[in-house]
Amino acid sequence: MASALINVPARARRGEVIEVKTLISHPMETGFRRSQLGALIPRDIIRLFVCTYNGTEVFRAELHPAIAANPFIVFSTVATESGTIAFRWTGDNGFSVAESVTIAVD
Amino acid sequence: MRRLCAAAGAIAVAASAFAGEIPHSERRSGYDFMSRETRAMQDDDSANPGLLWVLDGEGLWHRKTGTASRSCADCHGDARASMKGVAARHPSFDAAQGRPVSLEQRINVCRINQQKAPPLAWESRDLLALTAYVARQSRGLPIDLAIDQRTRPFLDAGRAAFHRRQGQLNLACSQCHDDNWGRRLAGNIVPQAHPTGYPLYRLEWQSLGSLQRRLRNCLVGMRAEAHEYGAPELVDLELFLMWRAGGMTFEAPAVRP
Repeated sequence: MASALINVPARARRGEVIEVKTLISHPMETGFRRSQLGALIPRDIIRLFVCTYNGTEVFRAELHPAIAANPFIVFSTVATESGTIAFRWTGDNGFSVAESVTIAVD
Repeated sequence: MRRLCAAAGAIAVAASAFAGEIPHSERRSGYDFMSRETRAMQDDDSANPGLLWVLDGEGLWHRKTGTASRSCADCHGDARASMKGVAARHPSFDAAQGRPVSLEQRINVCRINQQKAPPLAWESRDLLALTAYVARQSRGLPIDLAIDQRTRPFLDAGRAAFHRRQGQLNLACSQCHDDNWGRRLAGNIVPQAHPTGYPLYRLEWQSLGSLQRRLRNCLVGMRAEAHEYGAPELVDLELFLMWRAGGMTFEAPAVRP
């Protein structure tokens, strides 16, 4: 069950700097840990997070094994126009989650 | 003079027996011992990872399951109304079992009897999610356990366990959490052990966990043999700790370091 929590203001003034908060459910298994029987637990992490604002990429982050489970990514962007802010997380084992929110700019 | 000394000694002994109990005015949730950043994480619903489990739990609440093909919502309706305050009064007495059961056990009793579904495993994603969803509905309410004739013996057993020295370190829970709270155990501040926010997201676990998981952690730390999940000893201890935190604000799903 992959689920994500996103917090973006529903309305903003044009040119205003808005804060975007994202939280996604993911174990972020490092690939360095061993099971109780000594076998290596295979790596399972999110590799890439991309945010697009009406199709234009505004934020991108590469994730690595040292990042804790359930990555919480916060960044800011400028509210330019009304539309859709879309998020995509991709990672190991075909992990891919897409979410989007709408924002009204006046 | 000797009699006076003896009397003074008796008073000192009596006083020390109660010295450990934390006065109501000095009770503090683990939240108060946390850093500003961790507190902010708990307070902001879009930063609190516990909300991911609450979200999953909401989905499970409405999903039909078991041979009865019934969802939680089919009987209990809107959890926001029907589950309000429920977590703040658990463990509570279960007549069929003749003893108190924890919230996780209550959910599984419902699954077995009403949904005709197999019980969920302890600490499984689904059980934590459902527990977190139910517990969330009590957020902000005071912890309020009804102790009566039937639950009193179990409360006493929990209290005895809390004050009993155990493990290779020969420690009692009360030695840390009643007598030395606020001081440091290595880098960590010793809290008062009020279970106000379970199930909670522990940064150390990188996951949500139940109160029983936490209790088992503590037992291992004391180098005592940890009871199995769902063991009566753990439920009794849960009951005592919740009673001890009576009146404090319920804050599930909390975040702890």
